Amino acid sequence: MQIARVVGTVVSTKKHRKFEGAKLMLVQPLNVDDTPRGAALLAVDGAGAGVHEKVLVVLEGRAAGEVLGAKGAPVDAAIIGIVDEVDLAP
Amino acid sequence: MQLARVIGDVVATRKDENLSGITLLVVQPLTPERQPAGRPLVVVDSIGAGVGEEVFFVRGKEASFPFHPAEPPVDASIVGIIDHWDVER
Repeated sequence: MQIARVVGTVVSTKKHRKFEGAKLMLVQPLNVDDTPRGAALLAVDGAGAGVHEKVLVVLEGRAAGEVLGAKGAPVDAAIIGIVDEVDLAP
Repeated sequence: MQLARVIGDVVATRKDENLSGITLLVVQPLTPERQPAGRPLVVVDSIGAGVGEEVFFVRGKEASFPFHPAEPPVDASIVGIIDHWDVER
C-alpha cells in the first residue's frame, strides 16, 4: 500500500459498467516526508475520502476490485483508508 | 488508473487472434495539470474513445477484463472517457 493525498475528483459518464456508482479520485502518492512522488493517479474510493485528505491506496487489481465489490472489475487502484497519523521511528 | 489523452491509433492486421476486432489507440498519460506524464503508449479501447478525448486507463492483468470471456494479451486498456476533473492541490 501507499500513502497519498487526494488532490481532485474525476467525472466520467461513459465508463465500464463495473465503475457505476464508484467515486473516482485523483491521488498524489507521497514520500514519507509528505513530498509528492511521481505522477498523480486515479483511484476508486472505498473509504469515503475527501479532497486534501491523506489516504491509504492499494495499487493492485484484485484488492482494488474488492473495493468495488465486483469480480472482474478492470480497476488497478483504490483508496482503502483515511490516514490519521504516521509515526516513524527516528 | 491514469489520466491520458488519446493522440492516435494503431492499425495491425496480423495479430494475436484474441485481439481481432479490438481497437488499438496511442495515449499520452497526463498529470492533473494536463502536462505529459511519461511517454505515450499503446492501449486497447473497451469503451469507444476517439482521438482527442481525455480518458482513463487501467494497467496490468485487469486490462483484459473488459473483454471477458476472451483473454486478449494486453497490458493497458481504456475503461472510461472523462467529462471533466477538478484539482485542488
